[in-house]
Amino acid sequence: MNGTMSKRKRLQKWIDLRFPLTRFVKHELTEYPTPRNLNYWWNFGFLAGFMLVMQIATGVFLTMHYKPDAAEAFNSVQHIMRDVNYGWLIRYLHSTGASAFFAVIFIHMARTLYYGSYRAPRELMWWSGQGLLILLMATAFMGYLLPWGQMSYWGAQVITSLFGATPVIGDQIVIWLRGDFSVGDDTLTRFFSLHYLFPFLILMGVVLHLVALHTVKSSNPSGITLHAQDNIPFHPYFTIKDFYGLGLFLIVFCSFVFFMPEFFIEPDNNIPANPLQTPAHIVPEWYFLPFYAILRSIPDKLGGVIAMTLSILIFAAMPFLDRCKVPGGAQYRPIYRVMFYVFIVDVLTLGYIGSQPPGGVLTTVGEFATFIYFASFIILPFTSQWENRLLARKKDLPKEALKLIRDEVEERYGDSAREDMQ
Amino acid sequence: MESDKPVDGDSGAPLNEDRRDFLETGTKALAAAGIATACWPFIASMNPSSDVKAKAVTTIDLGGLAPGNVETVEWQGKPVFVFHRTDEQIADMRSSQTQIDPEPDEKRVVKPEYLVVVGICTHLGCVPNRSGPDGWLCPCHGSIYDDSGRVIHGPAPKNLAVPPYRFDGERKIILGKA
Repeated sequence: MNGTMSKRKRLQKWIDLRFPLTRFVKHELTEYPTPRNLNYWWNFGFLAGFMLVMQIATGVFLTMHYKPDAAEAFNSVQHIMRDVNYGWLIRYLHSTGASAFFAVIFIHMARTLYYGSYRAPRELMWWSGQGLLILLMATAFMGYLLPWGQMSYWGAQVITSLFGATPVIGDQIVIWLRGDFSVGDDTLTRFFSLHYLFPFLILMGVVLHLVALHTVKSSNPSGITLHAQDNIPFHPYFTIKDFYGLGLFLIVFCSFVFFMPEFFIEPDNNIPANPLQTPAHIVPEWYFLPFYAILRSIPDKLGGVIAMTLSILIFAAMPFLDRCKVPGGAQYRPIYRVMFYVFIVDVLTLGYIGSQPPGGVLTTVGEFATFIYFASFIILPFTSQWENRLLARKKDLPKEALKLIRDEVEERYGDSAREDMQ
Repeated sequence: MESDKPVDGDSGAPLNEDRRDFLETGTKALAAAGIATACWPFIASMNPSSDVKAKAVTTIDLGGLAPGNVETVEWQGKPVFVFHRTDEQIADMRSSQTQIDPEPDEKRVVKPEYLVVVGICTHLGCVPNRSGPDGWLCPCHGSIYDDSGRVIHGPAPKNLAVPPYRFDGERKIILGKA
């Protein structure tokens, strides 16, 4: 036994002289300090990473059987479903995986919003995450064209048409994007190429996201930067917690894959693409519905496209819009807490509106929900400053708590900020 | 010194660390089994799919094949030579022997009139051509096979392979099933 141990040690030493393996494992895992008070909402970053690996793995194997050709694409998907060993499983993992990836990412974002984790010093994490979200949306959108069914085809037709709202050169841009006068064979081939490329850009983005995370370390529900003794090593404590969360997640995920695999697939997508006929009721995938509802709520083509783009990009402004210096999440911020829940309900409402045929009272509700959506961001600078004043007047907190909060504010925003809180 | 040893929280008795080893080993073994199981569908997906397997059996109709003629049919994407031998050729093969990969003609045919061999040179996989009235010559490196598909001149190391097949009646061969 001693002999093998020393051999292992020798190998480790040999590697460490050439590559910082031991140092890396210690620094990023076995000695990486993680706040001991993280709750299960902090699991979703790990789950997102798991979904990325799952989508790349299943995608690589699907590519071995898929044909990116307008004449063959639809049939090659049927070939995967019927002929390829476990092809049905790999495809359902991939199609359900897309939905699961977005669900996980949306919860990850909601957690960041609730706990104010986008604020100093984690702005770059928030912005790199924003970039990753946009890449993910682009990847999902292009992947949706590949089965070449009716929904695939008309989804791509509609979304590429959005770029036609660009002033002056709109038509040229649309033709350039499609490589054709309508969505056609060349569109399919280039979407396939980029659908394979983008996940690897996402992978690189995730590395940046993690490097930034390991510089600023995880936030935690209290918002107070913990003393060294209140941190515990990531491994084994949070690897175990993350894997336990993964197990729970996989129970839900696999229920969909094995028992309701078609839940997220529109029935119309089992009809081969027909450029001469649009399905009667065309809807995007569920994860685009709120943004789609915003697009439809603005009764002007260019205005709608701008509103939809803004509705995604506006998240990047959160570190500027939120002026509140109270550390910690919405549980300590009476106004922000209400705004958070109103916003969540508003997004769900928009999602429902987006799934329904346009017209009638729903259009009015949609317009109102769109107004609430943007108003939430616009009033935030004012409500958050008001919260600063509310806390400054709060005298019933224990002295120790007040000291912790003031120290945290000073550490994050400097000496001058302390006065805001007096 | 007793205080150094971990104790059970409830009873205060010394902790049995072997039980922790069991839990840890068990967890790791289960995880390894789970990962291996999850990998299987991906590995299996690279095996021939059903439509490929459907090509594994080919039925050949011997009706139009006159004595002395060869017909090349496709089986599993490979050329298979079906050779209707004359009585003279059968007699020749029955009496001859080869050096490189010795095998009697009787063992290479089901019925002596019909030779069925995979038309892929055992050297590096080219398709040999019929070289005149008798035998096959590989165009790549000059291997020569006789009318029983046996190699009589190198560099090929082995005789042409005999695929599994059986006769369905007098004039039909089912290739791929012995």
